[in-house]
Amino acid sequence: MNTTGRDASVSRRRGFAVGAGVTAVATPLVAGAHIVKGEAIGFVTGFLHPLSGLDHVVAMLAVGLWGAQLGRPAIWLLPVTFPLVMAFGGFLGLIGASLPGSEIAIALSGLCLGAAVLAALRPPLPVAAAMVGLFGLFHGYAHGAELPPGQNALLYSLGFVLATGLLHATGITLGLVHRWPWGRVVVRTAGGTIAAAGGWFLWEALASR
Amino acid sequence: MRSAWTAASIVALAAVVPGVASAHLMVSGMGPLYDGIDHFGLTPQDLLPVAALGLLAGLRGPPTARLLLGVLPAGWLIGGAVALAGAVPAAPVLAWATAGLFMLVGGLLAADLRAPRAAFGLVAAALGLLRGVADLAGAAPGTGAALSLLGMAASVFVVFALAASVTLPLTRLWTIVAARVAGSWLAAAGLLLAGWILRYGARVAS
Repeated sequence: MNTTGRDASVSRRRGFAVGAGVTAVATPLVAGAHIVKGEAIGFVTGFLHPLSGLDHVVAMLAVGLWGAQLGRPAIWLLPVTFPLVMAFGGFLGLIGASLPGSEIAIALSGLCLGAAVLAALRPPLPVAAAMVGLFGLFHGYAHGAELPPGQNALLYSLGFVLATGLLHATGITLGLVHRWPWGRVVVRTAGGTIAAAGGWFLWEALASR
Repeated sequence: MRSAWTAASIVALAAVVPGVASAHLMVSGMGPLYDGIDHFGLTPQDLLPVAALGLLAGLRGPPTARLLLGVLPAGWLIGGAVALAGAVPAAPVLAWATAGLFMLVGGLLAADLRAPRAAFGLVAAALGLLRGVADLAGAAPGTGAALSLLGMAASVFVVFALAASVTLPLTRLWTIVAARVAGSWLAAAGLLLAGWILRYGARVAS
């Protein structure tokens, strides 16, 4: 075998080996035959829950972006308080408390938070915190009200909270480009996109009533 | 050739590493001491509040961290001994205690609370006692159970010391905020757990 042929052979084997490795890592090791759809099995189902609705995702990202725009102390105050407020909403949903109009409030959250980022609004910190907290309450409530009976509530809750927190962190990290002039344009454009999405969700929520 | 070995190693690792945490697997095959260590490491109800309390103790400084480093494992040993003596509270009590401890320890860390050292000592004692009881509830008294308890207490000591050593030297704002965010996540999980218990009963918190 000449040098070129040997190189091709090594390359093929390398490709095969890497492919086998990736396949082995990606393939689940436990049979999923007994996983019932919609059941709170554990950490992964909890982690995926906040990522399952685009209306939730864009609002969480908007909170992070707005925090980055507002700077200190909002940039660290919001990620500390928001999970607690949202969990309180989830608690209300779980115990069956009534919080009417949650779907509209969730759609409004995307619209209002996105608009705040677009306009680079800088209200007093208590006003911003109250607005974010109120919307967080509704998001948490909606999640809590739709949680199915499960087998391991703690792992599910940990996954749920972690995913929500990471969405905030993503928004904050993206929002850090705000320090550059071109970054401010990017952040405000993202806010406008989120506001437009929120408008669409609001339209859908109103149409379905 | 090296890449083929690397890929083969990945395949072997992926095949060996279990896909699910065996949190309640009490038999590791290495003896009761290691069973206790395994149990602590694979039980989030134990591991997370201990780590969070360690982070908080580190933020409060070396004297608080040193006090809690003794109180927490001692509480765990006493709680475990109480359970082995047969004094185990009902499952709903333990479930609520777990949710409450998550909220308390996570909330204290999120708030970065400054309080007298004795107050933190009381929290550590409560955490150790309750989790010690919960871990040894239902275990048959004997040398094996005692060694498992010793393994757990040793793990508590190590994890607490490691967590405290992470936050002890922190001075930059964002690093302290990161620890506080972790506390708020723990408290939020505890709050959700309380909702689950109210809705579906204590069995979901096991």
